[in-house]
Amino acid sequence: MTQDPNARAQIEPTEVGANAAEAGDRQLTAERSPETPDAYGSHEIGVEGLDFATLAEQGHTATMLDPLAPAVLSVDNLKMYFPVKSSGVVRRTIGHVQAVDGISFEVPKGGSLGLVGESGCGKSTTGRLITRLYKPTGGSMMFDGHDLAKLSAREMKPLRRDVQMIFQDPYTSLNPRHTVGAIVGAPLEVHKIVPKNKVLPRVQELLEIVGLNPEHYNRYPNEFSGGQRQRIGIARALTLNPKVLVADEPVSALDVSIQAQVVNLLQDIQTEFDVSFLFIAHDLAIVRHFCPEVAVMYLGKIVEIGDRETIYGRPHHPYTQALLSAVPDVKQAAVGGRRERIRLEGDVPSPINPPSGCRFRTRCQFAQEICAKVEPPLLQIGQRHKVACHFAGELGSHPATPVTTELLGVDDQGSPVAGATPSNTQLTIPGYEDTWYDLRTKQTTGA
Amino acid sequence: MTSVPMTQSSAAERDMTDGPYLQVEDLKVTFPTQDGPVTAVSGLTYSVEKGKTLGIVGESGSGKSVSSMAVMGLHDTKSAQISGSIRVGGTEVVGLSESKMRGLRGNSMAMIFQDALAALHPFYKIGGQLEEAYLVHHSSASKRDARRKAIEMLDRVGIPQPDRRVDDFPHQFSGGMRQRAMIAMGLINDPSLLIADEPTTALDVTVQAQILDLLQDLQREFNSAVIIITHDLGVIAEMADDVLVMYAGRCVEYGTTRQILTSPEMPYTWGLLSSIPDVTASTDARLIPIPGNPPSLLRPPSGCSFHPRCVHMDKVPGELCRTDLPELLPASSGTAHLKRCHLADPVGVYRTEVLPEIAPELVEETR
Repeated sequence: MTQDPNARAQIEPTEVGANAAEAGDRQLTAERSPETPDAYGSHEIGVEGLDFATLAEQGHTATMLDPLAPAVLSVDNLKMYFPVKSSGVVRRTIGHVQAVDGISFEVPKGGSLGLVGESGCGKSTTGRLITRLYKPTGGSMMFDGHDLAKLSAREMKPLRRDVQMIFQDPYTSLNPRHTVGAIVGAPLEVHKIVPKNKVLPRVQELLEIVGLNPEHYNRYPNEFSGGQRQRIGIARALTLNPKVLVADEPVSALDVSIQAQVVNLLQDIQTEFDVSFLFIAHDLAIVRHFCPEVAVMYLGKIVEIGDRETIYGRPHHPYTQALLSAVPDVKQAAVGGRRERIRLEGDVPSPINPPSGCRFRTRCQFAQEICAKVEPPLLQIGQRHKVACHFAGELGSHPATPVTTELLGVDDQGSPVAGATPSNTQLTIPGYEDTWYDLRTKQTTGA
Repeated sequence: MTSVPMTQSSAAERDMTDGPYLQVEDLKVTFPTQDGPVTAVSGLTYSVEKGKTLGIVGESGSGKSVSSMAVMGLHDTKSAQISGSIRVGGTEVVGLSESKMRGLRGNSMAMIFQDALAALHPFYKIGGQLEEAYLVHHSSASKRDARRKAIEMLDRVGIPQPDRRVDDFPHQFSGGMRQRAMIAMGLINDPSLLIADEPTTALDVTVQAQILDLLQDLQREFNSAVIIITHDLGVIAEMADDVLVMYAGRCVEYGTTRQILTSPEMPYTWGLLSSIPDVTASTDARLIPIPGNPPSLLRPPSGCSFHPRCVHMDKVPGELCRTDLPELLPASSGTAHLKRCHLADPVGVYRTEVLPEIAPELVEETR
């Protein structure tokens, strides 16, 4: 702390003093920027003399889908059950919280998959499973020829370099007693990648990448604003050149005007380093901007997954439709009043004792007998679109009879039909198949 | 609704026959700190009529909450210096004694806070906390009346089995239910002014929609004036009649929701609109952040306080933005629309430069 008395003097005063420190940053960068006009620094500072056209060019449009990208991470039937213990001396397991219950998806190389859903739906647990902060109860996570789900802690260690995480709250995810240099450099020392004297240059390089002043490596997290702290968290995640980044609500703790800065930075990083993202967020608009592919989770299961245009334009699951209709829309100002919306009553049921059959049926306006009896499979119904609903259909045109009966070998009420053989197309694979089940013709079709 | 006469609020209603229910004029709030005074709010003027909703937007530290807390009289009068005028239903609140203030607070005006878990006492039952709010302002009411009223309010805000849940503790409620309970507590005395400070920020979208529906239903029912403080422009678009955009303690743009969100004339409002993606926007729309960070109120920038982050300063001749604080003047789109900016042709700049980048699909429509 004492190495830099000047910086200290700027920072000391009260909580608003942090801004004084930023004024200091601005000067320093202004001095630096003429000889090193790096693309990233401008996100944070160097506002002076910036005109709108230049700023607009640095802003990104929505990330586009690369349909040919191979999967870098392939998750199949992943499960995480947390035991619920009884009280008393002998703490027996009396049940399980089925936080994640059999989800399958792929994260494309250099692409990003968004994971959305209400709180408690298991999206953060999924992120923690992929980074192996939890050991999954079942299923597999194939990454680089290894099944992350089955590796021991020691076998996992070299792979941790490749799968890193960005946390939600930049105020609690950085150790207040460590300097930024120590925080960002820690992964290098843990993995012994570079000799000790090379750690600092790498830290400074990383700080520059995320748009912070490299001279600030010996400052403490409390000397930075929320947006700057999140940049430190991003720098730490990038330290080991990961292939997959799990971003768990990376912008939701930030101020509105700062959110866009961080989203643009993440987009820069994605194109620059070809990192794949699993982007977990409850803000549907941010996910839509950042992720060309989106999975919607409800109570530990993926209920719908597909590309952006499908999920946001033609969602087929009643839950996705309700979720989207609940988002307040700025464009409504031109019309006035509230948007027509699908009202979801009540709260998410307990994952300890989830509803039988379809887990959404207790809040679903289309639920019928079959929904309580048979769980709908996550069925591929389009080139890049899967949905888990017996009555899947576009908003306003949900079918009157279940679409899944023939595949499941059941009648319209969900009772098994004698002699019928369930088709195996219901088996969910992590990615997409070339052929899919067409809802209108009830036949398997291809492109 | 109740047999007990509500002296203060009925008196307030009589005073309130004409004009807006809440009138804030030239409000200035200053806090002394070790490093000198911080002016958190200055020169703020707005009004809210009964049955109308005012949305206040701005970043953290822009003075949104400070100004509303001044209305509620929640600042420590020993340290905060408040000047200007705040009239609630005809009663001047600035300088009012604490005992008189207590009669108004929770009775003719109430506040809903962002974090319901922190705002509710963890140690007391939900019902007890609601009853207390009722009994304080209805000294002749019995405990049984208060309990019945508490159950009635919980039912009104849509909590299932209110007669049982009334005896629950706050931690036994889910996030959405806690927010409902707090709304119930705010509305238990039928206040004419309700201030909701980020009422849905911590909630899921589906729950947010429920709470917003509830707020609107209750507003219609009680014909109250509502101030909704949020940074979500979507919420503003769907809830507010008027919008007040704040930056560094000052109002920088004020007008109807339609004016502010479809033809904004202040670069900060443009920045807010361009830095938030929209669920229905074109995928060609760019996400353009507001560069830099909010200014320190300890040493506010000279001239226009937004100038250090403004990217349209090159369109204003000379050093005007750096030296002169622009006045809050009528904008070109309408009489009720005020803005604080030196730009000569903000409409033209917005249509030709900003809109094509942030909402290319809207450019054709507005021409």
